[in-house]
Amino acid sequence: MATLLEIKNIETFYGLIYALRGVSLTVEEGTITAIMGNNGAGKSTILKTVMGLLEDQPDKGTIEFMGKRIDGKDTEVIVRLGISYVPEGREVFEELSVRENLMMGAYIRRDRSGIKEDRERVYAYFPILKDREAQWAGTLSGGEQQMLAIGRALMNRPELLFLDEPSLGLSPILVKEIFSIIRTINREGVSILLVEQNARMALAISDMGLILENGRFVMKGKSRELMEDRDVKEFYMGIRSEESAKGFQRWKRKKRWR
Amino acid sequence: MLEFIQTLVSGIAVGSSYALMGLAMVLIYKTSEVVNFAQGEMALLTSFLTYMVLEYHGFPFYAAFPLALVFAAFLGFFLEFAVLRRAKEPNILGMIIITIGLEMILMGLVSWKFGADPKTMPFPLSPYDSVQLGSVFVSALEVLNFGVALAVMLILFVFLRYSKLGVAMKATQQNNMAARLMGIRTNRILMITWGISSVVGCLAGLLLSPMTMQPYMMWDPMLKGFAGAVMGGMTSLPGSVFGAYLIGIIENLFGLYVSIEFKSVVAFAVIVLVLCIRPSGLFARHYVKKV
Repeated sequence: MATLLEIKNIETFYGLIYALRGVSLTVEEGTITAIMGNNGAGKSTILKTVMGLLEDQPDKGTIEFMGKRIDGKDTEVIVRLGISYVPEGREVFEELSVRENLMMGAYIRRDRSGIKEDRERVYAYFPILKDREAQWAGTLSGGEQQMLAIGRALMNRPELLFLDEPSLGLSPILVKEIFSIIRTINREGVSILLVEQNARMALAISDMGLILENGRFVMKGKSRELMEDRDVKEFYMGIRSEESAKGFQRWKRKKRWR
Repeated sequence: MLEFIQTLVSGIAVGSSYALMGLAMVLIYKTSEVVNFAQGEMALLTSFLTYMVLEYHGFPFYAAFPLALVFAAFLGFFLEFAVLRRAKEPNILGMIIITIGLEMILMGLVSWKFGADPKTMPFPLSPYDSVQLGSVFVSALEVLNFGVALAVMLILFVFLRYSKLGVAMKATQQNNMAARLMGIRTNRILMITWGISSVVGCLAGLLLSPMTMQPYMMWDPMLKGFAGAVMGGMTSLPGSVFGAYLIGIIENLFGLYVSIEFKSVVAFAVIVLVLCIRPSGLFARHYVKKV
């Protein structure tokens, strides 16, 4: 398996805030890699840094995509190389129709028949979008907007898909549905880097998992193994292993790794 | 009654040039939320240069007018690329002040080069030719003006609705970051918008210049066009056109029945009134964000 994306030791600042403190990770071709962590750990910052959305960042470190350096390049250029990003909070074009949103997803492509084929494929993943084709995207429900955002990102036939909190604000049933489609998309050959707070869902569908705290990775491993890990279970999946209150002494488990 | 209809018709005629200016300003406002106060003077510069090549260099009409449009497009590209894009840490207010500065520079340039004495553009149609519609007289120039405005609206409508570039323009305006994530070069889109808008404004300038040409000639149509656009909600193309015609008609009727001196002022009184009743303009159909 070839390495698709290789991030080496990047450091990112938000103004004066030191958000990423030396982060390295690789995404192998054909896999789903999940980054988990609490609010403010810096998960989304990794994706935004790679996409070139933060001006003059990363401050240090290198990013390679398919063997080419992409750090410091413009977002528009990075997208053309084959990375699509589904931003947190959907960010669909609210006053464009669903169809026009998908058309914008394929903006960098010229082949009409291929675009049409891909649009049909997106409609096959998310049949509801077909019914809403002519509607303004802003009038869709949150779940439908998320589907549209994923579909739009697929329209430029990416090698690598970034998903930023796809479960944000969705009902549990919808989350399940969306994750199963993410699985399908991956099986059809798109590698995925997933950022998620919902560790249980993320570990269930991913191959590799990483846990981020305060701008550093604290854990990395095969998702199946992470799922069995005691710390992960306790801190990220909410399974308690504390002694009952009847015991004499309660031990607080150390939560941070330094 | 005849007098009334005659006034109505000339209101529509003058509304056409307001409408073109309004359209030009709305285009830029839609993509960048900047009100371009240099719009009129961009058209002014193009008109005077057209006058120059026609009068002094003996260019034929069929070469001069298309050249003027091409020049207008490049003027738009240039101003966006060389001036507005250079703004450090841009905010909307700063950008608007920049356009006011540009307006003064361009007007200064024209008065310095060509002087302030009125001129008339040589034009294939004389402003004194007229067409009779029933019992109403309309000057041929006004008919042309109306036709051009109509054609521009139609072209813009089709362009923004069906072409990929047009939709990308709308996408850029709605969500700049998402547009960049689609691979749209948003800087280039902005530049193209300025070019298109400059061409639309230039048409208004060229159609006004056979009547009279002096360095102040675009200020009034631009303000009225802006007023019309505000009335229509500032983001709606049909709204701005409707607003512009409404202002043209109202000010002419006011001139006829009430007072000719206050003709120009009444337009602005109407805007105040409209904005008090419907602050978002008559035609705004902005989708309100659900939080």
